[in-house]
Amino acid sequence: MSVNEAPPTPAPLGLPDVGGPRQPLLDAAGLTCHFPVRGGPFTARRVVRAVDGVSFSVGKGEVLGVVGESGCGKSTTARLMVGLAPLTAGKIVFDGRQLGEDLTLTALRLGAQMVFQDSYASLNPRLTIEDSIAFGPRVRGVSPADARALAHDLLKRIGLDPARFAGRYPHELSGGQRQRANIGRALAMKPRLLILDEAVSALDKSVEAQVLNLLADLKADHDLTYLFISHDLTVVRYIADRVMVMYLGEVVEIGPAETLYRNRAHPYTDALFAAMPSMDPDNRTQTPPLTGDPPNPIDPPAGCRFHTRCAFAESVCGAREPALAAVAGDAAHLAACHMLEPGSGHSKARAA
Amino acid sequence: MLAYFARRLIQVLPVALGVSLICFMLVHLAPGDPLVAVMPIDATAEQEQEMRAAYGFDRPLPVQFGLWVWNAASGDLGRSIATGRPVAGEVMRAVGNTLMLAASAAMIGFPLGVALGFVAGYFRDTWIDRGVTALAIGGVSTPNYWLGMVLVIIFSVQLGWLPSMGAGPGGSGDWRWDIAHMRHLVLPAVTLAVVPMGVVMRTVRALVADILSMDFVEALRAKGLTGRGVLTHVARNAAPTALSVIGLQMGYLLGGSILIETVFNWPGAGFLLSNAIFQRDLPLLQGTILVLALFFVALNLAVDLLQSAIDPRIKRG
Amino acid sequence: MAAVTDFAVPSEARARGYWAGVWRRLRRDPAALVCAGVLLALALGAIFAPWLGLADPYQGSMIRRLKPIGTPGHLLGADELGRDMLARLIYGGRLTLFLGIAPVVCAFVIGTTLGLVAGYLGGVVNAVIMRTTDVFFAFPSVLLAIAISGALGAGIVNSLVSLTIVFIPPIARVAESVTASVRALDYVDAARASGASGFTIVRVHVLGNVLGPIFVYATSLTSVAMILAAGLSFLGLGVRPPEPEWGLMLNTLRTAIYVNPWVAALPGAMIFLTSLCLNILSDGLRSAMNVRQ
Repeated sequence: MSVNEAPPTPAPLGLPDVGGPRQPLLDAAGLTCHFPVRGGPFTARRVVRAVDGVSFSVGKGEVLGVVGESGCGKSTTARLMVGLAPLTAGKIVFDGRQLGEDLTLTALRLGAQMVFQDSYASLNPRLTIEDSIAFGPRVRGVSPADARALAHDLLKRIGLDPARFAGRYPHELSGGQRQRANIGRALAMKPRLLILDEAVSALDKSVEAQVLNLLADLKADHDLTYLFISHDLTVVRYIADRVMVMYLGEVVEIGPAETLYRNRAHPYTDALFAAMPSMDPDNRTQTPPLTGDPPNPIDPPAGCRFHTRCAFAESVCGAREPALAAVAGDAAHLAACHMLEPGSGHSKARAA
Repeated sequence: MLAYFARRLIQVLPVALGVSLICFMLVHLAPGDPLVAVMPIDATAEQEQEMRAAYGFDRPLPVQFGLWVWNAASGDLGRSIATGRPVAGEVMRAVGNTLMLAASAAMIGFPLGVALGFVAGYFRDTWIDRGVTALAIGGVSTPNYWLGMVLVIIFSVQLGWLPSMGAGPGGSGDWRWDIAHMRHLVLPAVTLAVVPMGVVMRTVRALVADILSMDFVEALRAKGLTGRGVLTHVARNAAPTALSVIGLQMGYLLGGSILIETVFNWPGAGFLLSNAIFQRDLPLLQGTILVLALFFVALNLAVDLLQSAIDPRIKRG
Repeated sequence: MAAVTDFAVPSEARARGYWAGVWRRLRRDPAALVCAGVLLALALGAIFAPWLGLADPYQGSMIRRLKPIGTPGHLLGADELGRDMLARLIYGGRLTLFLGIAPVVCAFVIGTTLGLVAGYLGGVVNAVIMRTTDVFFAFPSVLLAIAISGALGAGIVNSLVSLTIVFIPPIARVAESVTASVRALDYVDAARASGASGFTIVRVHVLGNVLGPIFVYATSLTSVAMILAAGLSFLGLGVRPPEPEWGLMLNTLRTAIYVNPWVAALPGAMIFLTSLCLNILSDGLRSAMNVRQ
C-alpha cells in the first residue's frame, strides 16, 4: 500500500546516509555503564555494573531484538544510545562516525530516538499530542507552522486522524493511541534508528498486534532500523531479524532470529526459551527450567556470570569469563560459553 | 539498628552547628549597639571599652562565634546584660516551665485528637464525622493568643473560676503539683492544646478513613474479622504516620507557647525571649533562641528514631 | 494503512484542560463557595475602605473610650482610645490580609525557584540548597519569625521580610520533591533525548506540571501566615501603632478585657473568621484537584 510522499524534511532534522547500505548503522563496542551506589559516609564506594562490556552491531534496515530478564541491562543499553545514561567506557559508532570524535551527542540524537514503555508517563499531560510531537522539531529550530504541519502529517501516518486527535491531551487517548503518539513523537526527529524499549509490553494483545503492524509499515515507508527490546519472546520472534540475549549486563548470545529459536547454543538462552509454556497439550511443560533470581549486579559472580544457575557449570566456569565465539563455524551466530570454546577446559568442549 | 541511630546522630551535628550560626548571626546583625541598654549615659570612653571587652564585643565576629559555641558546648552561655546572672541558669529554668506547659498541652491535645479523629474516620460521612471535622477545622484556624484572651474573658473575668496570669502563688521559683498551682496551668495548657489537637484530629481521621477503604480491610472482613480485630489492624497501620504528625506538632507546642506565655504571663522561655528582645539583652537572647532551637532539633531526632524503630520501612539518610 | 479505532474516547470529547474540571467541582461545594464569598467581601472591604463612608480610624475621643457594641454611631463599639471599632476593623483588614498574603506570594516565587533548581539539577546543587533549607527548617516557625523580627525590629517591611524567610523553606521542600518526581518521568527523558536545553525542558515540561501542587500547598500556608503576622504585631514586633491591624489591636485592647471584653475580643474574631474561610477554601480546592479525570 503506498503512502503519500512525505513533505520535504526541514533542514535541521534527520541525519543523511553516509556509509551506504553495507555499513552497519550502529556499531557498539565494549559499552560499559556503572552507576555509583549511594552509600553513607562510612561505606565503601560500590557500583551497579548495569552494562559491562557489551558489543554488537545493527545493520541498516534490520530489526535487532534484545531479550533478557529484568535487570539484565537491556534498558540501560538502550538509554546509552540516546545519551540518557552515562557511558563509563566503550565506543558508539553511528554510520561510521564515532560519538565523541566526529559525532556530537546532539547529532547522535538526530539519528537515534527512543520510544518508552509507559505510554502515559511518556507524554506531558499538559501538552496536546500535536504539541508533544512538534516539540522536538521546534527545539531544533523548525518554525512553529512547519512543526505543526510535520506533526499533522505524522499523526496521519500513525493512524490518528489529525482533525480529531491533534488537539487532544494524553488522558483523552487510550493506551494504544498514546503509544502511537509516542512513536510519532520519536519519528518527528526523522531518526534512522528507532529504539523501542518494551514499547508494546503494556498493551492489550489486540492493540499490541495493531501497533506491531504499524511499526512494520513505518519501517518500510521511512527506511528505519529498529532496536527492539522486549521480554516477550514470541513478539521478538515475529518482528526481529536478529536477536541478542543479555544476562546481568553482558551479551551471552547473538544471532539470526530463526537460528536462535531453533538452535540455541547458550544454556541461558535455552532456559529462557524453554520457559515459554508449551502450546502443545500433549507436551506440557512440567519442570521450570530456570530457578531462583538473577544475582546482584553490584556483586556479580566471578567468571561466567551465569554459572551459579547453570546446569552445566564446572570449575572453569567460575574461574574465567567466556568470550563471544562463533557457534558451529557460523560467524553470524555468537555465544559466550565455555562449552562451545574448543580447549577451554570444560568437559563438553572440543579439544583445541 | 544501632548503627542507624549513630549515623542519624552524626548527621544532626552539622544542622546543630548551622542553627547556632543562624542564632548568632540574627542577633549580631541587628542594628543598634548591644551595650546601649546597660551603659549609663555619662560613661567615659574608657569605661565603654572595659565593658565591651568584658562581654567580648571587641573581638572580630568569627572569633566571637567560635568562643560562644565553645563555651556553650560546656554549658556556659555568658551573662545576661540586664541582670548579670548566668544565662544558662535562667534559660534552663524558663525552659523547664515551658516544657511543663507544652507537656500538659500535649497530654490534653494528643489523646483527644487521636481518639476523636479515629471515631470520625471510623464513622465517616455521618454526623459524628461532620461534627468532629468542623471542630478540627475550627481548632486549626484559631489564633491561639486570641483563644487565650477569650478563655480568660470567660473563665477569669466573667466566671472568676480560674486565674488569668502567672504560675502560682510563689511565682515561678516555687512550683508544687497542688491545686493552687495547677489552677494556673489549666487555661494556658488548654489554649495551647487546641491547634495541635485539630491538626491531629484531621490527620488521624484521614488516615483511618483511608485505611478502612483499602482492599486488605475488605479481605480481613471477608475472613470474618469483626470490630475489635479490624480496629487493631487499622491502629497498627495508622500509627507511624500519626506519630510523625504528633512529632511535628510538638514543634508547634514549643513555638506556640511563646505567644501563650505572653498572654498568661507564664514564666517560660517565650516570656524570657520577649523580655530579652525588648531589652536588647544579647547574651540572653542568643542563649534562649539557641536552647529552644536545639531542643526542637533533639525532639525531631527523637521522633525520627522512634518512627524508624516502629516502622522499619522508614530509613532516611 | 487502516485507521485506528480503539475504544476509549470519552463522552465529553472536547473536555479541555484540567482546570476546567477543577472549577466545575469547586462550584458544587457549598462550604467552599460561602467561604470564598466571605473572603471576597473582606477583601473588597479592605480595598475600598476609604470610600465606604466609615468614621476616621485614627480619630479618637476620650469620652467615647471602650463604648460597648451597639452604641449609636459606633456599631461595633469603640477602642481604648475612643476610635470607632467598625472602621478600625475594616481598615485593619488591609494590613492583616496584606501581611498574610504578601509573604506567601514572595516565598512562593523564591521557594519555587530554589526547589526547581535543586530538584532538576540534583547532585551538589541540590545538596547545598536542601541542607541550607534544613537548617532553617530546624527552627519552629514561630520562634524563627520572632527571632528575625526581634533582630530587625518592628515595622511592616521588616515583618514582611521575616515572614517571607520563614515560609521559603517549606515551599522549597515541596517544590524540590515535586520537581524531582516529575524529572524522573519518561516524558522528561524524551525531551532530553530530543536535545532540548535544560532551561527549555523546565519551561515547557516541568513548570506546568509542578506549579499546581506547589500552589495548593502555598494557599494552605496563607492562614498560618496571617495568624503569625498578627501574632508578631500582638507581641509588638510587627505593625506599629497607630496603624490599625487586627493583631496590634488585640495587643492594645488586652487590658480592656476587664472593662469591655467583647470589644476587646473582636479583632481576634476577625482573624479567626478569615483563617477559617481560608482553610475551608483551601481544603475544597485540594479535594477538587485530587480527582483524576
